[in-house]
Amino acid sequence: MAKKTTQSIAERDARTQKKIVELAQAISKMTLSGREPQLSIPTRTKSNTVWNRKKGILEMGDGTADRPLFDLKTAKQFMQTMLHASTIKDLIEAGKTSSLRGVFYKAKHTVAGTKENTFDTQDESDPILEDLEVALAALREELHVFAENRGSMVGNITIVDKGDEIDCRRMGSGGYALPSIVEPDVIQFKKCEAKFILHVEKGTVWNRFNEDRFWEKHNCILTHGAGQPPRGCRRLLQRLNQELGLPIICVLDNDPWGHYIYSVIKQGSISLAFESTRLAIPEAKFLGIRAKDFRQCGLDDAVKIDLTDNDIKRAREIAAYPWFEGHKGWQKEIQAMLTNGFKMEVESLITKDISYVSETYVPERLKAKDWLD
Amino acid sequence: MDAVSETTAKRRKGATAEEMATRQRDISVSEFFAKNRHLLGFDNPRKALLTAVKEAVDNSLDACEEAGILPEIAVIIEDLQPDRPATAKSSRYRLTVVDNGPGIVRKQVENIFGRLLYGSKFHRLKMSRGQQGIGISAAGMYGLITTGRPMVIHTKPKAGSAAHHIELAMNTKTNRAEVTTDDEVKDFPPARLASITQGTRALVAEGGFLSPETFRTGTSVSIELEGRYQRGRGSVDEFLELTAIANPHARITFVPPSRDAGSEDDASVLAHAEASAATKATATTETGGVVIYPRGVQELPPETREIQPHPKGIELGILLQMLKDYEATEKGSLFTFLQERFCRVSSATAAQMCKAADATSRTRAGDVEAPQAEKLFQFFQEVKLPPPPTDCLAPIGVRQLLAGMLKGVRAEFYAASSRSAEVYRGRPFQIEAAIAFGGDLPADEPARVIRFANRVPLLFQQSACSSFKAVLETGWKNYNLQQPRGSLPAGPLVIMLHMASVWVPFTSESKEAIADYDEIRKEMKLALMECGRKLGTYLNKRAKMRREGERRDVFERYIGEISKAIGAITGEDAKRLYDALHAQAKRKTAVADQHLDEDGKVLREQEELDDDGVLIVPAAITGAEIDAPAADDVPVRAPSPRKPKAGPSSTPAAKPAPRVPAPASKPAAKPAAKPASKPTPTASKPPVPRRPSQDGPTLF
Repeated sequence: MAKKTTQSIAERDARTQKKIVELAQAISKMTLSGREPQLSIPTRTKSNTVWNRKKGILEMGDGTADRPLFDLKTAKQFMQTMLHASTIKDLIEAGKTSSLRGVFYKAKHTVAGTKENTFDTQDESDPILEDLEVALAALREELHVFAENRGSMVGNITIVDKGDEIDCRRMGSGGYALPSIVEPDVIQFKKCEAKFILHVEKGTVWNRFNEDRFWEKHNCILTHGAGQPPRGCRRLLQRLNQELGLPIICVLDNDPWGHYIYSVIKQGSISLAFESTRLAIPEAKFLGIRAKDFRQCGLDDAVKIDLTDNDIKRAREIAAYPWFEGHKGWQKEIQAMLTNGFKMEVESLITKDISYVSETYVPERLKAKDWLD
Repeated sequence: MDAVSETTAKRRKGATAEEMATRQRDISVSEFFAKNRHLLGFDNPRKALLTAVKEAVDNSLDACEEAGILPEIAVIIEDLQPDRPATAKSSRYRLTVVDNGPGIVRKQVENIFGRLLYGSKFHRLKMSRGQQGIGISAAGMYGLITTGRPMVIHTKPKAGSAAHHIELAMNTKTNRAEVTTDDEVKDFPPARLASITQGTRALVAEGGFLSPETFRTGTSVSIELEGRYQRGRGSVDEFLELTAIANPHARITFVPPSRDAGSEDDASVLAHAEASAATKATATTETGGVVIYPRGVQELPPETREIQPHPKGIELGILLQMLKDYEATEKGSLFTFLQERFCRVSSATAAQMCKAADATSRTRAGDVEAPQAEKLFQFFQEVKLPPPPTDCLAPIGVRQLLAGMLKGVRAEFYAASSRSAEVYRGRPFQIEAAIAFGGDLPADEPARVIRFANRVPLLFQQSACSSFKAVLETGWKNYNLQQPRGSLPAGPLVIMLHMASVWVPFTSESKEAIADYDEIRKEMKLALMECGRKLGTYLNKRAKMRREGERRDVFERYIGEISKAIGAITGEDAKRLYDALHAQAKRKTAVADQHLDEDGKVLREQEELDDDGVLIVPAAITGAEIDAPAADDVPVRAPSPRKPKAGPSSTPAAKPAPRVPAPASKPAAKPAAKPASKPTPTASKPPVPRRPSQDGPTLF
């Protein structure tokens, strides 16, 4: 099994390698034949995103954008793309992986004869790598690039990570840190007793549930994604959902940001629409916090946070997403938040009792199946 | 009778008419002007020195042009009191102006230099610098009054023979000259002048100063006077610099006095402050303190014709006087009088005019009564007549304007325009304008306006001058320049205006400002607008070029990285890729080059069209010193020697730095290269000025 994996990895790397060389050769051919070099990159914008109603996920359309070298708007990106292509080829050749930040630093230097840097910030670098992913139709792990570990998991499951067996019941207070690459060749599920997954927005809430041994009492897996969950977290949730059939229940803030996180978990994001089939979990459920909770739970006025103009704008945008547009429950939910005029974080439930959220709120809602999906 | 004596008795004892009559007598013009010297521009010592220079130089230029000689003029100011205290308001100088003109025949010397209002130019309608015949004799008179010294004149009308040496003083009472010395000398120009300073000695050694070969004929005038030499606005230096601009056909050498009287206003001439060195350095050179304004073009201005007055341009009194004069000399008929003494009067028109004056064509001019003359005058105003002929005017011309500006102002862009002739009060005139922009001119100051009338710079009373008003009234904002409300435009800009006319309407005898006639101001504005449009176009183009240049920079910056990256991936030769990409980048941004070329083309076309009047000096943008003759299709500034700081003669160790090249240093290459690259259809016309050089002659 292990040998087969290694071999498949070697094959995969050779495939990626070939794609990169072909890309560079195409540019070189254009150049030497006197044509102006340009890259053609599938666009990762909302306009090139298609809502697949049947599958319930976002998919990337066929739109591509030309990235000509001889255009002021794209010249620098063109250079950056080629630099990253070269870096990745080196990584694959050396059989090593690198973090996003590592790739950024590898390619960052001063352009010869100038004071300009090839990259100024990592914010410039990361989207270029995503461009390469789509341009080469190769996933990040195929490019030997990974993101920082982000998010944690604990619960009634045993997994194997690069050959190490990890019992997620015995992870202490910190939990199992979710790596950015969780593909089957890295992580295998060995034994799972949990019946569902409770995904919370951030670490503080996750700590509360973990300390109260919620996962033990309710036989589940407990995860968080440190805000907007990174790809590793989403992929793992998706695998748990797909391979083990575990339902995903989300506890997120009652604000447009929380709604959006749910939307991304459920249907995929615009910028990673090309990976939606691997990332989106159409049956994910939104348990709370709900707009009605302020009254229903009898919360104190102090927990209200006024909606900003930007929040209101964002809420309306989200309400207009095709996957929310025809969804009566969600229309009502967003409208209720707008009518409230304030937002609430999950932590606001602490005003009732320190463990209100883990011992009362979530169990009650789970029992009543009071959620949106 | 009694009654009369009674009234007299009652009056206070006063002068009788008889007594008064004994004191009433002629006032000679000389006396009048001796008392009112400010009217002639001798109001203070500094201006007096300038005015003396100006009168002498104007005369020299007029004389040379009339004789068809390319003017070669030396202006020498000797400091006769070098030890005066630093605070002295004025000091004694000896001004000498030498020209290579036709010289003056012996018997006219006294009249020309010793009488006021004697001259050849007052009575005629012909374009010339001098008009009234006051100038040089007034300068001599001023010298006589302030120092008691006579004028010293050397003049050599015949190339082969000796020169006259005359010293004369004007008797202000009689308005006549009194000659104190009158002999003949061999040396002309006077040998004494050659060794005045270290600089002149150096120049003479090179043959660049007062060489007898150049001055085969000519005149030298020396005047001792109280004056004050100080550089800056309204100085001799400014006058000569501007004269050089308006007279690119003249070569002027200036030997300033050893000391500058203080520098309260050390601003220089064309630009302000430090820019001056640059403006001067262009083409002007200095050797041991001697300033040389080289010749920019090899052609004399076209010869001008004298014209008769236009009927619409005279007044009734003048008409009566003309009739009288005609009777006295010709005794002819009114019919012939009208045709002979006026321009644009055909025989048919003359017949009509006679009829209007209740006369026949046979009526003698002397028999025309005053009421008839008045009727005639009325008719002059009503009748339709063609405007006066304009071939009597010799404008500087677009090429020469550009050459002059290029010589005097170190800028990046030059434009000139020459309007066609127009008429004010029956007198033809023509307006020309030129502008210089960018380069080393100061960027955030109001534009400098330089004004000329018949090629003579006007240095004073700017705000009273029609040309200044025309500049203010022009909407410079339309040409991408800043212009505060009601002010001069601001920016690195020099504006030149020239009025050529058979009679320039000055506001005063000292000829400092042009009177504000609507017709004149309108023409000036039109000329300025023409130049302004060209500048606006250029500025737009330049902005576009810059943008393209920046684009290319961006591409060139990245292609090195790209070729390296591709080379690393595919194993190809990165250098080969780089070269291919570089070629593409160049092609892609060829727009930047194209525009440069286009500008070059504009320049070339202009030589053929002759009226584009634009000159662009890219080198001036960087101020780079270019020593080798540059590519032929780009006009390039002359090797611009940084003006060697004129070492005072007391430090002979300082390098003499004689930057005036020997006449044959590198002349051959240029003229040969030019016709080869573009056969000029207008071969007879001078090509557009390209590279001014210290030894101008070889280039134009």
